[in-house]
Amino acid sequence: MSSELFRPTSIDRLSEMLVTASEDGRSVGIRGAGSKESWGPLGAPADVVISTRGLDRVVEHAAGDLVITVEAGTLLADVQRRVAEAGQWLALDPPEPGATVGGVVATAASGPRRLRYGTPRDLLIGITVVLADGTVAKSGGKVVKNVAGYDLGKLFTGSFGTLGVIAECTFRLHARPPALRAVAVATDDPAGCYAALRATGAEPSATEWDGATLTTVFESIESAAEEQAHAAAAATGGEIASSPPAGFGTRPWDGSSVGLKVTHRLGGLPSALRAIDELFPRARVRAYVGSGVVLLGVDAADLASLDSLRSSISALDGQAVVASASVEAKRDVDVWGPVRGLEVMQRIKDQFDPAGRMCPGRFVVT
Amino acid sequence: MSALADLTSACRARLKPSQVITEPAELRTYECDGLSSYRSTPGLVVLAESTTDIAYVVAQCAALGVPFVARGSGTGLSGGALPRTDGVLIVASRLNSILDLAIADERAVVEPGVINANLTAAAAPHGYYYAPDPSSQQVCSIGGNVAENSGGAHCLKYGFTAHHVTGLEVVMPDGSTQRFGGLAPDPVGYDVVGAVVGSEGTLGVVTEATVRLLRAPQSVQTVLAAFTTIEAAGDAVSAIISAGVLPAAIELMDALAIEAAEAAVHPNYPAGAGAVLVVELDGPTCEVDAQLADVTRLCGASGAFELRVAADAAERGLIWKGRKSAFAAVGRISPDYIVQDGVIPRTALADVLQAIDDVAHRAGLRVANVFHAGDGNLHPLVLFDEANGETERAEEVSNRIIELCLEHGGSITGEHGVGHDKVVHMGKMFSAVDLDVMQLVRCAFDPAGISNPGKVFPTPRLCGERPGKRSGVHPLQEAGVADVF
Repeated sequence: MSSELFRPTSIDRLSEMLVTASEDGRSVGIRGAGSKESWGPLGAPADVVISTRGLDRVVEHAAGDLVITVEAGTLLADVQRRVAEAGQWLALDPPEPGATVGGVVATAASGPRRLRYGTPRDLLIGITVVLADGTVAKSGGKVVKNVAGYDLGKLFTGSFGTLGVIAECTFRLHARPPALRAVAVATDDPAGCYAALRATGAEPSATEWDGATLTTVFESIESAAEEQAHAAAAATGGEIASSPPAGFGTRPWDGSSVGLKVTHRLGGLPSALRAIDELFPRARVRAYVGSGVVLLGVDAADLASLDSLRSSISALDGQAVVASASVEAKRDVDVWGPVRGLEVMQRIKDQFDPAGRMCPGRFVVT
Repeated sequence: MSALADLTSACRARLKPSQVITEPAELRTYECDGLSSYRSTPGLVVLAESTTDIAYVVAQCAALGVPFVARGSGTGLSGGALPRTDGVLIVASRLNSILDLAIADERAVVEPGVINANLTAAAAPHGYYYAPDPSSQQVCSIGGNVAENSGGAHCLKYGFTAHHVTGLEVVMPDGSTQRFGGLAPDPVGYDVVGAVVGSEGTLGVVTEATVRLLRAPQSVQTVLAAFTTIEAAGDAVSAIISAGVLPAAIELMDALAIEAAEAAVHPNYPAGAGAVLVVELDGPTCEVDAQLADVTRLCGASGAFELRVAADAAERGLIWKGRKSAFAAVGRISPDYIVQDGVIPRTALADVLQAIDDVAHRAGLRVANVFHAGDGNLHPLVLFDEANGETERAEEVSNRIIELCLEHGGSITGEHGVGHDKVVHMGKMFSAVDLDVMQLVRCAFDPAGISNPGKVFPTPRLCGERPGKRSGVHPLQEAGVADVF
C-alpha cells in the first residue's frame, strides 16, 4: 500500500492537512529532502506523507542580530548561502547533501564542528510546530537569550517527527571565521594527541580521527589560526594545511553499509576505541575527539557484535545506536538499544500525539 | 486533620526534627526568594539532606495532594521559589556536595545545593571552570540555576545553563526518581534534560546535575571603555559584533548605574562617563591579543574617551565588581527599586533605550540601565520611593518596559525566569494555544499539578483536554501583537 503524498506550501495548509488526517485517523509520515531516510527504525508505513519541501521560505534574516528564521523545508545549504552574504553561517555541519533544516533538527544531525558550536539543540532559539491534530504552536522566540516558557525546541530536536511536524525554526548564527588551518597527525592515540595539542592553549573548532590520522581544525582570524596551528603541530608532530583533507566530516558509511554512532564520556575514548577495534575490527571510523562521539561504518553481517559493544560502552556511560542502515539490515536489529528515562518519554509522546499517529515506529516511543 | 497536617506528621515520622520546620517565626524566614515584593509564608519547610528525603516528601505530597515548591539558595528574581501557604517548601541547600569532579570527562556531578562559584573553585586547580555565571554566583545554587536556566555575563559566548547540563536526576511529582542523560553526549530519546532545564521547578525536583566543565582559557583580557553617551556605547557594541568578534561578555552601564556602583563598591570608573562598556575577551592568547586591538580601536572610533585594559586579575575583579554589584548598589541611590529583565534584538538597543527614557520621564521616575549588551538582555532598574507613593507608577514603568521589549520582537525574560512575577506577561508573548501546548509537557510530568503550581503559566490546564484547536494564522499575529517566530 503506498502512502498519499502532500506538499503544503504554508503552515496553514499543513495544519489543515493534519486536521484532515486526524479526522480520518490516518497515520502521518514526514519527509524533508529524504537524505536521512535510512536513519532510525523502519517504522510502520504511513497512510499520509507530508513533504515539507513546499515550506522553503526564509522568513527573516536579521543579519545585525545574527538570527535567521526559516521554514522547515528550506535546504540547509540555501540557508548557508543566504547568510554567507553577511559573512555569517549557521554553525551546523552535518554532511548529508541536500538536507532540509527541519530534517537536521528532527534528527539532531551534527558534524565535527559540534566541538565548538554544539548541536542543533544549542543553536535553535525558536520553533513553530504543528501537532497531530493540526494545532499550531510556537515556543522560544527570535532573541538568543530567552527563558520564557518551556523550550519545546529542545523536545522536538531529535524527535524524528514523533511529536509533530516542525514547521519553522529560528536559529542563532555566528560570524564565519575568516581563516582556517588544519593540522593532521598520523596517530593511533587520538586522545593523547588531542590532549597534547589542547595543552598548548589552542582552541580547535573541530576534530576528527579517521582511524589513522587526527585532523584538528582551527578557525579564527588569519594570525590566530596560523599561530594555533603552529603550536598544535609542534606539540604533536603534525602537518599544517590550509583546508581539511578530502572526506573530512563525511560519514564513514554508505548505502551498502551500516552506520553506528557510539557516544562515551570524554575520558573514555581510548576504552571505546579498544572495544570497537576488538568487536568491529573492520569498521571504518570517524571519531569526533573531544566531543564524545565515534561514528562507525560496519558491514551488516557484523551486527552480531552490537550487543557486546553496547555492554562495553555502557561502562563509559555511553550508548551505541544504529544511525543508518538498509531496510534489510534493520529488520532484526534494535536500533536504539537501552533508553534511559523511556517511561517519561512515552508519557510525553502520549500527551503530544495520544493516538500515536505521527511517524509511528520511527523512534524510541510507540 | 488537614492534608498539610498529615504531611507534617509524615515528615516528622521519617526525618530528623531539625529538618522539619513548623514554627511560624522560622517559616517566615522562607516567605520570599530574591524578589521580596512577593511574600507567602510556607505551610511547612523541609530541609532535605538527600535525594531520598526529597523523594519521600514528594511521594507524600502526591498521596495527599499537597503542593510543593523547591528552593535552592533563594536568590531568584522572579519569585520562582515563592512558597505556598497550603504547601511545603523543600529546601535543597544542604545537598551541597560535589559528587564527582570528573576532569578527564570535562564534567562534574553535583547535588542541587552546590553553590555556583564553589564548583568553579573546585575545578580551578585542574585548569577548568563552570561557565554559567549569574551575578549571584557567590551564593546561588546549581539546582536553582538549572530550574531557571540561568545565564550570566559570559553566556554571550558560552551559552546558558541549558548548554552546560548533560544529565539530571529528577524526583518526579509522583515521588519516583528518574535519571536522564549523563556524562556522555546525545542521550538516546527525547531531550528530556533540555525540557527540564528552565522549567522553573514545575516538572519535579532536580536532585543531581551533571554539568560541563570548560578548560580555562589561555588568556583573558578585560577592557573598560567610557563614553559620554549611551548611544555611543551602543554603537561600539554593534561595531564589535559586526567585526565578527565574539567577546566572552559585553556589559553596559549607564550614568545612573555607574553612580550607584561608585557609591557602593568604588570601582573607580572614569569620571563624567555617560556610559561604560565592559568587554571581556578570552581564548588563545594570539586570538585575544588581536581581538583586543580590534575592540579598543572600535571603541575609540565610536567615541570612547577613556579605555582601560585590566592589567591583572585584581584590576579585572574591580571592573567586574562594579558591574556585578550594580543591582544591590542601586539601593544606595534610591530607597526602592524594581529589577527588570527583558530582551530585545541588539539592533533595537538605541530605539528601546530612548523609549525607556521617555516612559520614565513621563512617569517622573529614574531608570538605571545595566545590561548584557552583546545579547540584548536589558536589566533596567526602576528607582522609586514607596514612602512617597511611587510604587504603582514604578510598576507601570516596569511593565511598560516589558511591552517595549515585546514590541521590538524580544522576550519578557532573558534569565530571571517567569516565576510568579511574569505570569501576567506570558499571554502577551505567547498565545493561549502556545501555552496549552507547552503544558502538555507539564501534564506528562505532573498531571496533578502539584509541582510549583501557579508559576510560569497564567492558566493551568486540565490534563487530558486537547489544546484549543486553532488552525490558520497565529492569533497573536492576527491581532498584530506578535510577529511570526
